Amino acid sequence: MKHKELQGRLRTRILELHYKANSGHIGCSLSCIDIMIGILKYKESGDTFILSKGHAASALYSILNEMGEISNEGMASFYQDATTLPAHPAPLKYPAIPFATGSLGHGLPIATGIAKANKLKASPGISYVLMSDGETNEGTTWEAGHFAIANKLDNVFVIIDKNGLQGFGNTANILGDTASAKVWETIGFDVMETDGHDIEAILESKRKLLEKKNGRPKMLIAKTVKGKGVAYMENKMEWHYLPMNQANYEEAVAKIKVDYNL
Amino acid sequence: MRKHFSAYMERIAAQDDIVFITGDLGYNALENLALQMGPRFINAGVAEQNMIGLAAGMASQGYRVICYSIAPFVVYRCLEQVRNDVCFHNLPVFVVGNGGGYGYGIMGSSHHAIEDIGTLSGLPNMQCYVPAFIEDMNACLDDMFARRGPAYFRLGLGKNISPDMMLKKYGAATMNQEAELTIIAQSPVANNVIAALKNHLHESKTVLYVINKMPLIELPEDIISSIKRSKRVLAIEEHISTGGLGSAVSLLINELSLPVDKFISLHAEGYPGGLYGSQSYHQQLSGLDAESISQTINTYF
Repeated sequence: MKHKELQGRLRTRILELHYKANSGHIGCSLSCIDIMIGILKYKESGDTFILSKGHAASALYSILNEMGEISNEGMASFYQDATTLPAHPAPLKYPAIPFATGSLGHGLPIATGIAKANKLKASPGISYVLMSDGETNEGTTWEAGHFAIANKLDNVFVIIDKNGLQGFGNTANILGDTASAKVWETIGFDVMETDGHDIEAILESKRKLLEKKNGRPKMLIAKTVKGKGVAYMENKMEWHYLPMNQANYEEAVAKIKVDYNL
Repeated sequence: MRKHFSAYMERIAAQDDIVFITGDLGYNALENLALQMGPRFINAGVAEQNMIGLAAGMASQGYRVICYSIAPFVVYRCLEQVRNDVCFHNLPVFVVGNGGGYGYGIMGSSHHAIEDIGTLSGLPNMQCYVPAFIEDMNACLDDMFARRGPAYFRLGLGKNISPDMMLKKYGAATMNQEAELTIIAQSPVANNVIAALKNHLHESKTVLYVINKMPLIELPEDIISSIKRSKRVLAIEEHISTGGLGSAVSLLINELSLPVDKFISLHAEGYPGGLYGSQSYHQQLSGLDAESISQTINTYF
């Protein structure tokens, strides 16, 4: 578990950001931070990454801070007036955030365009995009997915943060499973499912998918727990929205320090 | 204009940083272009939102990307993609809409674009081109392809420019230093103005300015001088009054405190009576045909 310390440290950073800002969107950032470690820390030259679920911006900011792309001063301004780090990523502020997101369903079309451009230029880069499972409700997901299939874009790599919860309920009870492995495999993606909190498993699945240079776009369905790492937040829809009080915050950080050996 | 646009595209098709994406349209117009551009000619299918997002992604990798469709399809359905993905990031994605205004006539309201400029021209970094004649269309295309930011290009039924008009940086103008009425027009409906002026011998009393870019941030100097002299203004456009040429001109006149005794805006009135017909039928209902324009001009004298 060589990433455990980093997984814990980034979690405490996310919690600190949200506590100081008195803001929500905590559960969805804890849900996908491990995926981001697996993708962003191992990104190769020419690869691109779009965070399509822009509401998990605090996770993105935290790992980019870890990687030296966002300064500590910048981080201190999160959610404040005159910040470059609003609740959803802003346009044209950081080279590591090539696209502002926040409205769902925008990332996959953009990532598909980047992948198509890479094909035209014969560039080797992989176009990664991280989406939420609720986000696959959006029609653009299906438009872009079919474009990627028809254009044989095996260099587009979709990661679904599949925590089973969306804005106002369980995905199963709203439109059903629009992030179903079976459906995506059937229409023409290469699909793998993995534990979205096990970075070694994420890396291994990614490697296996990218091995297949077969013209089929790639999708990694990462099974995750919303609020992962903070027991009282886990699998709770309300922690999409709620901020923490002091007691909540202290309890969460104490637990993470123990569980992640910090 | 569509054929001229297609011919223009064929002339620049060899530039390898240009990508052309069509929303599944182009029969009997884009076949040659598709052959010339090869893999840089892309049919995105009937999926306009993805077409724009895709274009933004490609533009971020160094391409200038044209997104082509019937005007309303490429303006309204994908407005958020144009705003968030293209305009916020100031990317060179050029949205080209065929049949602006009532151009698709009897095809019906789904195929008309009479709110397109108001919808798009206020978006950040966006430049809208609304040429009236073949000649200023070429100038607009040159201008657009020199850009490194977003654009919308409204194609209509253009004619060659009238010989007594001169091309200007902002569009075109007639020469009349003694005009008693300043007419400011936009889009090929300007040809109806020209017909009205010729048929009713208004030419000596009026001057016509044609504006082909929106938003209109400032009034050109010659138009300001003309308004100061004539104190009478008529704005004409095949677009609703909200967010269009007339409202922009009116705002600028007020900001500059220009002395205007009479201001009329002729614009698309939507669908009065809920009835449908050809482009000229809809122009008539909105007072945008040559005869109606002439009658409006008569009210100034």
